[in-house]
Amino acid sequence: MENRIKDDPIIEVKNLTAGYGDFILFDNISLHVNRGEIFAILGTSGCGKSTLMKLMTGLIKPKKGSIQIQGKELAGARLDQRIEILRQIGVAFQSGALFGSMTILENVKLPLEEFSNLPEKAMDAIARTKLSLVGLGENEDFMPDALSGGMKKRAALARAMALDPAIVFLDEPSAGLDPVTSAELDNLIKALAQALDITFVIVTHELASIFSIADRVVMLDKSTRGIIATGAPMELKHDRTNPLVYNFFNRIA
Amino acid sequence: MQKASVKSGATVSMSPDKASGKHSGKNQGKDKEGATATITLSGSLNATGVAEVWQKVEKKLKGLTGTAHLVIDLQRVDYLDSAGAALVEFIRTTWKQKTDQEVSLLGLEPSFKRVLDLTERSRDSDGEGKDPEPKYSFVETRGKNFAVRMENTATFIAHVGKITSAMVYAFFHPSSIRWKDALLTAERAGVNALPIVALISFIVGLVMAFQSAMPMKMFGAEIYVANLIGIAMVRELGPLMTAIILAGRSGSAFAAEIGTMKINEEIDALATMGIDPVRFLMVPRILAAVFITPLLTIFANFVGIMGGSIVLLSMGYPAVTYYSQVVSFVTWGDFMGGLIKCFVFGILIAASGCIRGIETKSGPGAVGTSTTSAVVTGITLIAVFDGIFSVLYYCLGV
Repeated sequence: MENRIKDDPIIEVKNLTAGYGDFILFDNISLHVNRGEIFAILGTSGCGKSTLMKLMTGLIKPKKGSIQIQGKELAGARLDQRIEILRQIGVAFQSGALFGSMTILENVKLPLEEFSNLPEKAMDAIARTKLSLVGLGENEDFMPDALSGGMKKRAALARAMALDPAIVFLDEPSAGLDPVTSAELDNLIKALAQALDITFVIVTHELASIFSIADRVVMLDKSTRGIIATGAPMELKHDRTNPLVYNFFNRIA
Repeated sequence: MQKASVKSGATVSMSPDKASGKHSGKNQGKDKEGATATITLSGSLNATGVAEVWQKVEKKLKGLTGTAHLVIDLQRVDYLDSAGAALVEFIRTTWKQKTDQEVSLLGLEPSFKRVLDLTERSRDSDGEGKDPEPKYSFVETRGKNFAVRMENTATFIAHVGKITSAMVYAFFHPSSIRWKDALLTAERAGVNALPIVALISFIVGLVMAFQSAMPMKMFGAEIYVANLIGIAMVRELGPLMTAIILAGRSGSAFAAEIGTMKINEEIDALATMGIDPVRFLMVPRILAAVFITPLLTIFANFVGIMGGSIVLLSMGYPAVTYYSQVVSFVTWGDFMGGLIKCFVFGILIAASGCIRGIETKSGPGAVGTSTTSAVVTGITLIAVFDGIFSVLYYCLGV
């Protein structure tokens, strides 16, 4: 375990049940994410990875159970408490979800405009720093439409880090990227985690990324509607206890 | 080879099994109990070939009664792809449902077998872990539809509540309003709408004046066309036409913008930042609509009255007479009554556009559905509220 990782749960999910309508996606699951960790949520398509991320970022409500972010309950929080919790997290969506009517500098500046009283020049400077961190310092006036897939993801990451959150959630950061761009993004995530003490929670099923960056993973399974494995990715790759887990990590159909 | 096969097409024929020897050509499809029938497929069983024979096969299968065993003869098939495999699968499943018997395949080449095996494997894996689709009765289906409608209505009402709350908050905290967005929206929905508002209003004024001038001239009352145009434009047509144009032009644009943002996860991004999408997206649009609708209406009134003047000018009346007639007849009460309606219409147009946008579901047609729904909702509400205002003004003596 690298020294950036503290033995202190920053996210705790307890007895969580979630689904859509009458359909239960996962039932009674519990997990925790340690401070400073790069934590990956894995599983085959349709197992509920993105739903779990939406629950942890407050976008949807669980049917039952508890989600604590830095010790504060998110699931049943009042609006003001909820906003306070959300300010501690940043989310970069799979598509980037950048606001199409704004330049990427304005996109990164938006959380600062909404939640700080900084003067305009200071906000510009902070937003530029964030863009430089993700390697987009030269592209601040670009509109999202003018960016490649990898640049959009990096711009989304810069926006997610605008308020210096303790936790950043990334939804499928490598999806749709070529291997080189994907590896660059992985290196960036590792560097940011190391330099800024950010905890990353990543939803992915890209094995190369998982082995490259994840400290610990949790694997969801749709047939059992629960968690079938938790641990370091390299350990799980060689663990033959559960064939589903072994097959997933070794790409066996 | 495939190309040649396509040209030759596919054929189907059905005959009783030669070995059984129990059937003549006349009683094909009406085989006796325990007999064997054969469906012979030939030619190219690709999408084109299968399309030619599918209905014939279906018809022949329907006609088969009392047959114990069915054979599909593929000896004369020279090409088979997934479409052909679908046909074989169709025969198998139909026969299985009908007789609970399996079908035998005759003359199955290894290359065809690979296609059939692959199709079968894919179908089996598709069905794994899936619960069968529940079947609902007529009453249950209606009940479910009603519940969905009620849920949608409740969501709409909830959005109206959120908008009202956000507008009240914005009124007491003007610094929380994104004025830049509001002004930008006002420019796009207002300034850019001037040409279309001018055109429609001018034509409405002109046509109405022309249609009324002819009969009024018979009574020597054509000068009162000015009164008619003035009162109709200021009280009714100016506000109504402007509101309908805005509903079609800007209400739909609001729904499309917000709907696209929802599909692109931009609304989710706002929510995860702790930014209220209602305050961020809807309040500036509603404010813009509230400001521009009365201004556009005043413009529409003016242009409509100008349009009417053309008819009277062409009849020899001087412009000053027309102007005096309008000004002396139309009161400030009429003018203000029209403007008050516009404020309400502006709110209705923007709110219905924004709500329909935020309600956008997923899928390629979702934004189109929201846009249509925004225009229909907007125009319906405008018509209903215009009626309410008419009754209200009548009761108040305005």
